[in-house]
Amino acid sequence: MPGPPDDAAQRSEGVWHAAWRRYKSDRVGMVSLVIVIAFLLLIAAAALGLVAKDWQKEVGVPNAPPTFMGPAAAQAVGAIEAPKGPNVDLSDIDPLAPRYKEWDERAKQYQTTETAKAETLPLGADRLGRDVLAKAVKGTEISVFVGVVAAVVATLIGTGLGAFGGFFGGKIGDFLEWLYNVFESIPGILLIFAFAAVFGRGIWTVVLILGLTGWTGMYRQVRAEFIKHAGREYVRSAEAIGASRLSRMFRHILPNVSHVVLVRMSLLVVGFIKAEVILSYLGLGVPVDQVSWGTMLAEAQSELILGHWWQLAAATLFMAAFVTAFSLMADAARDALDPKLRGAE
Amino acid sequence: MMAGPMLLSIQDLKVSFRMGQGRRADAVKGVSFDVPANTTVALVGESGSGKSVTAMSMLNLLPDNAERSGRVLWQGKDLLQASMPELQALRGKDIACVFQDPMTSLNPVFTVGAQVVEPLMKHMKLGRKEAWARAEALLAEVGIPEPKRRLGSYPHEMSGGQQQRVMIAMALACEPRLLIADEPTTALDVTIQRQIIELLARLQDKHHMSVLFISHDLGLVGEIARHVVVMRHGVVREQGPVAQLFEAPKDDYTRALLACRPSLEGNPARLMVIDDHLEAQRVAAAGGAKVMRAEASVKSGDAPVVLQVRSLAKSFWLKQGLFGKREFKAVQNVNFELKRGHTLGVVGESGSGKTTMGLTLLRLHEPTGGEVIFDGQNLLELSDRERQLMRRRIQIVFQNPYASLNPRFTIGQTLVEPMTIHHIGKDLAEREQRARTLLEKVGLDGRAFGKYPHEFSGGQRQRVAIARCLTLNPEVLVLDEAVSALDVSVQAQVLNLLKDLQDELGLAYVFISHDLAVVRFISDEVLVMKDGVVVEQASAAQILAAPREEYTKRLLAAIPRGYRPAV
Repeated sequence: MPGPPDDAAQRSEGVWHAAWRRYKSDRVGMVSLVIVIAFLLLIAAAALGLVAKDWQKEVGVPNAPPTFMGPAAAQAVGAIEAPKGPNVDLSDIDPLAPRYKEWDERAKQYQTTETAKAETLPLGADRLGRDVLAKAVKGTEISVFVGVVAAVVATLIGTGLGAFGGFFGGKIGDFLEWLYNVFESIPGILLIFAFAAVFGRGIWTVVLILGLTGWTGMYRQVRAEFIKHAGREYVRSAEAIGASRLSRMFRHILPNVSHVVLVRMSLLVVGFIKAEVILSYLGLGVPVDQVSWGTMLAEAQSELILGHWWQLAAATLFMAAFVTAFSLMADAARDALDPKLRGAE
Repeated sequence: MMAGPMLLSIQDLKVSFRMGQGRRADAVKGVSFDVPANTTVALVGESGSGKSVTAMSMLNLLPDNAERSGRVLWQGKDLLQASMPELQALRGKDIACVFQDPMTSLNPVFTVGAQVVEPLMKHMKLGRKEAWARAEALLAEVGIPEPKRRLGSYPHEMSGGQQQRVMIAMALACEPRLLIADEPTTALDVTIQRQIIELLARLQDKHHMSVLFISHDLGLVGEIARHVVVMRHGVVREQGPVAQLFEAPKDDYTRALLACRPSLEGNPARLMVIDDHLEAQRVAAAGGAKVMRAEASVKSGDAPVVLQVRSLAKSFWLKQGLFGKREFKAVQNVNFELKRGHTLGVVGESGSGKTTMGLTLLRLHEPTGGEVIFDGQNLLELSDRERQLMRRRIQIVFQNPYASLNPRFTIGQTLVEPMTIHHIGKDLAEREQRARTLLEKVGLDGRAFGKYPHEFSGGQRQRVAIARCLTLNPEVLVLDEAVSALDVSVQAQVLNLLKDLQDELGLAYVFISHDLAVVRFISDEVLVMKDGVVVEQASAAQILAAPREEYTKRLLAAIPRGYRPAV
């Protein structure tokens, strides 16, 4: 980087630095940021296989309760009354009796170990004896991944179309408005079902569905911002010095509306996580060999009748903690980034 | 000194704002002055002087984070200690306010009548019928034609001047003892300003009320006020009767303020700026040199013509009905020639098409017709590529320095960008070097390079905007109300800078402004525009000395001329 070396030192606090300084003074924002970061670390660890790698393993007895509740009471097996009378050797009437010995010999050639299944697990087990804690961690990974990636897809579509629609207007703007109206006129859940029916199941399908149906709000807001900014004098000045259209759109205007995009995107993340849960709950979401908060909730439905509430509780707890922290973080970010709070600008 | 009892007496008023994290900003630092009954007192100062905060603190119309101390005695009663209900009883009834921008002060969803009637029924306890009759009388009194019909109009159906008249009618509704007028004419055209000022003076006299007139314009204040308070940085610099203040100002700052405003009489080569003036005072006090005030040098008449405009026109199409379109001629048949190193002033009131004309010259608006000949080529017929080359040579500076710089770019990025686009300088280092040189040329130091626009004042931002234009070595600069948003002292500095740059670089300016005094200072030739048409075109001196057109005469007559002793 050419230029005098003292440049970096002289470069003063930019808009983003100022926003971060304001954000730091928001206690709720900081706490939620820490929670979100903790979740992200957990997700990274899960993705790398450091934790919850073998969530599919049946480590506990079916429906093992959480540790703090103690093991389930031994089931009263309807004991058959022990027969009285003398012990009778049945080998002369059992046609297989001569082969028992041979089978025992053969069985000894294979090693079989009876793993001791845990009576209790930290957050209990599901009906197959899988650890609910591991499932919840793995489910977090999938659900948040779907939410974030879908939000990025929706943001890219919405921002791109909004920028073009707002900046150019005219025929392009009319066409995009028409497209927007078509998407908006169909009830959201129906649209999602339609896409799900066409694409089949899978994580990427969910991402695509949510991305393709969720861009409209972003589009509307970005378009409005671009219309507003396109007439501003700094954009006029850029035109006067000969900046190209794309440069004006993405170098000049976009950084000035990025706070809108950012906040909207974090709201989309929250919305999409909830949408993924609903989709999976309805059986249109992630495939059966994967776990998300939605599939956990779907399973919990049948367990609850038998009084096994822990899977429902675990999924709800993880989801509530993440979604609340993320929403509060987005709120704090909006307060920190809002240029109106910066006074005359 | 003053007759009559004191209506309002402000004693050692201090106002500060809590800024969070224990920081406080002191806006008013111990201000004292009196408003006697039946008098107009003016509060004058530049932006940030605390004049509006002082006025708003009387009725506690400040935001919640304000802290006030001192005493505000209204007929002997301290308003700072008054309870909310007591204040509400005073607001609108005994003390009424008129604000700067009538467009935002009136509620757009109610008719004018409903808004005038409200205080009448609330404070004066009039019945519905009486209130409407009184409202009609009030509108008639403030000079609105057909008052009965106008009661049913919505604010947007009225012009800015009429809206301000309605605001005044509302303020007068309850026959207040004191009218606080906070920059009531700043958003209005100069001819409308004249009417409003005359109206206020007439009403003050008729209703025997007092007016606290807040303004940045000493010239205006000199015409209307009997007593003037000059504020700067939250402190009263000088106060006294208007004659004394204008004829024998005691304070250096007041003297500097009076001197740095371009006047219609005489044409100095440079304007005094506040710092110059304060400096000169110090030198003079030490028995030093006297202040130079040379007359402007005459420019050579045979400089080459750089820009020639022939019958330029621009129309907008307004939708009418379902399919219809109506042509609105914003600019018609504008002709002029601009010589190297010369300045063409364009004057007109809002809506006269002067800004549209400027934007059309750069093709920021597509013109409807005419020719703009620049260096032998018609700018309006160039292809996009050719136009990109021409862009370098004709540049524009906008009115609002707060809006014309990208807030997310550092000053350095702002200045380097045009050079990158036009491949000026061979690499980044050379461009940055050039940007620094230009920053120094417009009077900012190199440290500004890494800063963001929000760290600068309006005048400094305007300097950056000028530097950005200079990066491209333009030959013609269109200045669209480039100094109108600035304080008088800053305005003087920027005008001086523009003159210096013109002398040094031989720039030609198209200087668009509503302010005839400023145009007179900087221009060689003046175009007067009205409703998209050029009504008069002559040299600057000639237009001022002997205006031909009625409209020009009216414009000139409307300019505030400061205090003139009665003959």
